[in-house]
Amino acid sequence: MATTYVKIASVTVGAGGAASMDFTSIPGTYDDLLIKISARNTGNFGATNSGARFSFNGSNANMTFRQLYGTGSAAGSNSGTGAPFGCINDGGTTASTFGSFDLYIPNYAGSTNKSVSGDSVEENNATAAFAALVAGLWSQTAAITSITIGINQGSYAQYSSATLYGIKKS
Amino acid sequence: MPKTYEPIATTTLTSAQNDITFTSINGTFTDILVVAFMKLSNNANSSVVFQVNGDTGSNYSVTRLQGDGTTTESSRSSNIANGNFSGNSLRVADSAGNFSPILFNMMNYANTSTNKTFLARGNNASAGVGAAVSLWRSTAAITSLKIFPIVGTIDTGTIVTLYGIKAA
Repeated sequence: MATTYVKIASVTVGAGGAASMDFTSIPGTYDDLLIKISARNTGNFGATNSGARFSFNGSNANMTFRQLYGTGSAAGSNSGTGAPFGCINDGGTTASTFGSFDLYIPNYAGSTNKSVSGDSVEENNATAAFAALVAGLWSQTAAITSITIGINQGSYAQYSSATLYGIKKS
Repeated sequence: MPKTYEPIATTTLTSAQNDITFTSINGTFTDILVVAFMKLSNNANSSVVFQVNGDTGSNYSVTRLQGDGTTTESSRSSNIANGNFSGNSLRVADSAGNFSPILFNMMNYANTSTNKTFLARGNNASAGVGAAVSLWRSTAAITSLKIFPIVGTIDTGTIVTLYGIKAA
């Protein structure tokens, strides 16, 4: 019987950091994709600017999002274009602490526009720490064959990691 | 080795329907994850709800947290006739006919000692994003799940899959 939940690939950032974590040549044989990320930004740009930014098939054009977030003292909601999916710990947060992020992409190889569900948190031993729920839309009907997990500003710190899983519904 | 994460059933709509129902859900797993790729016909302005085991009584309660891109909202409903499946009270689908991903967890669904809790995450990049917790006040094991919109029908192309997750 085929395995339902399969690790396709994983990336771990080495010494010196990395501008992105990338998955290429993603097979179209699964139904959904799930990416699990643990990440920290090498810089200190604040939660708004330190976050992850996704591209599919080499492009972040035609992306829109809607977000619900909490800061530890307030909640807010915003929307826009581009793909600012997710909170990442940076140099302004507790040392040696990495944010966590899940991104679920159903029907990634289908012929419809691609909708995504993202949940992310950063943690910080202080009064402010961000958590966010994100709904994203990539208005392209092409199958997703590559994913670039970029960063808004700065770079990914050593030990940041991302794992891509394929999920089959039968 | 037993499988930890196993597809139980999947439905892909080839025509619009009033609801999607899964029956005879076997109780051999620990939790169930329902993954939906869903839109409603005619861009209906509606959230999606659920009932289990055919219970249409006022035995559900819901707490919602959602944002529409401008404002945030949290709300509660008690003693109601359904739980929240779409993760918020906002619309599932948009005018361009895009599908919305919904992740719906039924924890400890086959336990016969506890009331049942559910966690839903809903996403619509055109309308909003949110999470909802639902409670079904019954200790019965869950054997069926009915998913339906408050208004309108579930559209062609919608895919809903149940995965069973085993703790050991």
